[in-house]
Amino acid sequence: MANVTNNRPLSPHLQIYKFIPTMAMSIVHRITGGALYFGTLLVAAWLIAAASGEEYFNQVNWLFGSIVGQLVLFGYTWALLHHLLGGLRHIMWDLGYGFEKEFSTKLAKGNLVASIALTVLVWAIVLIVR
Amino acid sequence: MDMRTPLGKVRGLGSAKSGTEHFWRVRTTSVALVPLLVFYIVFLIIYAGKPYAEVVGALANPFVATINALTVIASIVHMRLGMEEIIQDYIHSEFLKLTLLVLNAFFSLLVGGLCLFAVLKIAFAG
Repeated sequence: MANVTNNRPLSPHLQIYKFIPTMAMSIVHRITGGALYFGTLLVAAWLIAAASGEEYFNQVNWLFGSIVGQLVLFGYTWALLHHLLGGLRHIMWDLGYGFEKEFSTKLAKGNLVASIALTVLVWAIVLIVR
Repeated sequence: MDMRTPLGKVRGLGSAKSGTEHFWRVRTTSVALVPLLVFYIVFLIIYAGKPYAEVVGALANPFVATINALTVIASIVHMRLGMEEIIQDYIHSEFLKLTLLVLNAFFSLLVGGLCLFAVLKIAFAG
């Protein structure tokens, strides 16, 4: 019986398919999700510092304000916005819409463009407001 | 000699017991997070880099504190479920998978608990 189940062909995986935008964005969706998971530590650090008093708050603010901190926060903003937009595409698919090939490809590309544009926009506003 | 068919061996072992619940919770939290995070981002745009007193004063506002707490809860549930899916997809050793699933639950609850406590402390005690 064991021989029958051994060496059976498995369902095809990544390497068998042509690399296409929807596939790339699916992978990026998962990676950004994983990054956001650990990124919550940044939010936690900020909230806990705010609850702990001015001294801690200023320390965390200084860290976030440093060049490395700003780069990490910029990346975090992009990951969040990209995952958010990707989530909207998933909700659309869950509701049964948007499965047409050309449309979903366009939307996958649009997801990347929009997430980058929105990230730049958010940071531009922050810098102008400040 | 095991006489059971391969199909018989795996029947009832799939995600069918709780998969729908998992799927549904991921979707409901994601829908909730769209407006919550838009609010959060706008809040951060306004208060990023502002002095302590001003930020804490804004966080203590009942409306902001409620939104903040809801965002934390929805995020934690959503991220725990998401990481669960990633672990189940890529980790095939039963022991390691179980360990990571438990760590995932602990990490999520710890971060969520800390954030919630911080939000409530600011709201009630400043």
